[in-house]
Amino acid sequence: MAEPAVSLVRSAPMDQPVHARLADVTRVYPARAGQPAVHALGPLSMELRSGEFFSVVGPSGCGKSTLLDVLAGLALPSEGAVEFEGKPVQGMVPDGVGVVFQEDASFPWLTVEDNVAFGLRRSGVAAGETRRRVDFAVDFMGLRDFRRAYPSQLSGGMRQRVCIARTLVLQPRLILLDEPFGALDQQTRLLMGDELLRLWRETSATVLLITHALDEANLLSDRIGVMSARPGRFIDIVETGWPHDRDSRLAERADFGAVTSRLWSLLRTESMRAMGQGARAK
Amino acid sequence: MSKVAWIRIAIVAGGIGLLEVACRSGLVPPTMVIAPSLMVSAMAGLLASGDLAPDIAQTFSSVGIAIVLSIVGGFTIGFGLHWFPPLRRAFDPFLAAYYAIPHFAFYPLLIVIFGLGSLPLIVLATLFAMVAMIVATLAGLDRIPRVLLKTAQVHRLSPFEEMWRIRLPAAGPHLFSGIKLAVAYSFIGVIAGEFILSTMGVGHEIAYAYDNFDNPRMYGLILFVLAVVTAFNMLVYAYERHLAKRRGA
Repeated sequence: MAEPAVSLVRSAPMDQPVHARLADVTRVYPARAGQPAVHALGPLSMELRSGEFFSVVGPSGCGKSTLLDVLAGLALPSEGAVEFEGKPVQGMVPDGVGVVFQEDASFPWLTVEDNVAFGLRRSGVAAGETRRRVDFAVDFMGLRDFRRAYPSQLSGGMRQRVCIARTLVLQPRLILLDEPFGALDQQTRLLMGDELLRLWRETSATVLLITHALDEANLLSDRIGVMSARPGRFIDIVETGWPHDRDSRLAERADFGAVTSRLWSLLRTESMRAMGQGARAK
Repeated sequence: MSKVAWIRIAIVAGGIGLLEVACRSGLVPPTMVIAPSLMVSAMAGLLASGDLAPDIAQTFSSVGIAIVLSIVGGFTIGFGLHWFPPLRRAFDPFLAAYYAIPHFAFYPLLIVIFGLGSLPLIVLATLFAMVAMIVATLAGLDRIPRVLLKTAQVHRLSPFEEMWRIRLPAAGPHLFSGIKLAVAYSFIGVIAGEFILSTMGVGHEIAYAYDNFDNPRMYGLILFVLAVVTAFNMLVYAYERHLAKRRGA
């Protein structure tokens, strides 16, 4: 198979400046306690353009989450370089980057309001400004009636909204989402996808979404990076060409299925390879 | 009040009522147990006389110090062991076998080291209570969801902030279990220690009354200890319930 990452990225018809970049990044988990070293990712290169919505799909265990961790500064690459807004990312999440995880990351001991205000309060933002931003984020995510509730009193989807609101108040310029709707039912996923698109349009942030759902990636994204089985590399980057102002009704379009089919045709062999890797690992 | 609460009250009131009747009717001789109403009046009389004030002060100050030392020390050691896994692996067998050791057998040794007075009692009670807090701290810290620690990284929290804002509240329910045990074990450690060799304190007074067949005084004191420990534990329990309700427990 060819090593297409860099050339494919360059072919993307995006006229915006580069916002974040991975250059020849690899991530190898060292050997330990009788287990061999695991080459999880790369070498992989990618460029995220300012304001684009980029999704990453790939077989299970291909290193999608590792890619996000490296880009966020949550993990160091074994080789290669990571940049955000022209500055190197080195083992720390840069200012301006927000991350939403698949697992429920709301703080169960805080109310919705206090969860959302968490990052602002600890950074010493003035009380008035904190209130203004929290009010906006709570309203934006449809949590106004639940601001004094605790996460245990909310559904899974609403807790995920709390986590998104907590990220949103910090006004991130790059939002990284690691399968944020993975634990939700299909209808809620679609609605949350619409909310995510609305958030993206209104904040003009760059968004990187990790997902295993091909139709979700198709619906939400400007570009979709398709990863190989481990060690994950981009085997293709698909431009969807969807209008900027879109929502879940896009799925009704006749050409919607063609993009999903293309993603699957790219992934099918890799997914089978990944299943083989999983079986061998067992 | 809930149905369960009524059942609980009925069981306690029924037991006390039965004992009262058994004692008053002579079914249970007063040399064995006195009627609960007499226990209450004996306790009230003892407290009103003020004779026991120095003993109560000594016992509860020793218990208080042991509680604070065991909670703070237990949490600190638990946190240290969690932070440094090789040390923890080395300590694991000791922690597992700790409560199989008859701690009170070491009381004479503690007197040799620390002398007579409240210090050996505080040391004994602290050693007895601290390991419960260490184990609870380890259990709490082990079970913090990894995603919360990643969230701390995303918010660029310092190690101290991560501890204060994430690890402590996340481990809260387990820490409360440890605190409840530390409180109970501190009371047991001090009062049982006073039974054996102390020359002062509520435990000593109970043993003294027992030796002199002074049942009203002995039961009055036992009731007093029970009342204080129960009230203290109920306060901790109520606060724990208050916190747990927020978390949907």
